Amino acid sequence: MSGVLVIFFVLAALAVFGAVSLILQSHPIHSALSLILVMVSLAGLYLLMGAEFIAAVQIIVYGGAVMVLFVFVIMLLNAGVEERTNFSKLATFGGIPLALALGGIIAAAIARSSGNLPPPAASGAMTSTRELSKLLFSEFVYPFELTSFLILVAILGAIVLAQREN
Amino acid sequence: MVPTNYYLILSAILFGLGVLAFVFKRNIITIFMAIELMLNAVNLAFVAFSQALGKPDGEVFVLFVIVVAAAEAAVGLGIIILTARNRRSLNVERVDLLKL
Repeated sequence: MSGVLVIFFVLAALAVFGAVSLILQSHPIHSALSLILVMVSLAGLYLLMGAEFIAAVQIIVYGGAVMVLFVFVIMLLNAGVEERTNFSKLATFGGIPLALALGGIIAAAIARSSGNLPPPAASGAMTSTRELSKLLFSEFVYPFELTSFLILVAILGAIVLAQREN
Repeated sequence: MVPTNYYLILSAILFGLGVLAFVFKRNIITIFMAIELMLNAVNLAFVAFSQALGKPDGEVFVLFVIVVAAAEAAVGLGIIILTARNRRSLNVERVDLLKL
């Protein structure tokens, strides 16, 4: 087994471990830390594929900003251990089969359709940030401008929602 | 070299775990984290396809997904704060009425 494959399996195992831990932990702050583990190992996988800029953005925006926001809200609301209630029987009986069916459908689609794709970074060439930004500011310039508007609206929405009445 | 299929299968596993977490968790904040997990799984598939096909378009999409996820986190956490303040509970099964 080559070294790259070993690194892939270590990072993939960390990501899956983090995702399972997110489900099994009962305290939200532990779930948040598990999610940070998933995000950091995904950043490692992006580096492995040669997507350096995405890896950096993943750590800075996801692992940094978004998760800090989550941890901040958990502490602000003083969220304790999750309360175990079972009002909905549908989730208990329908949830596991439906989730497994969804996973099976996705796996079948992958197995059927993507057999002839070349491996990522087979050429050994990283997508340079220059290449990415050229594309972002030429072909995708309108969506890019729209995202700034989206963020503005999101900021206003968050302020309006979170402010106290009167 | 790692085959593209491995990345896609990992992405499917993470997405499935995200769906499971979404269905089974009761805490509204943890459910929101499950959504972020699913977005991350999709991002992994995007980057794998982008690198396999040798086109950076997929990575641009990932950037957009990250931006939308950040905006969604800001608004969603605002809604969570509002809900928690009004209901005094973070359990989604106690938030089952549109009116207080």
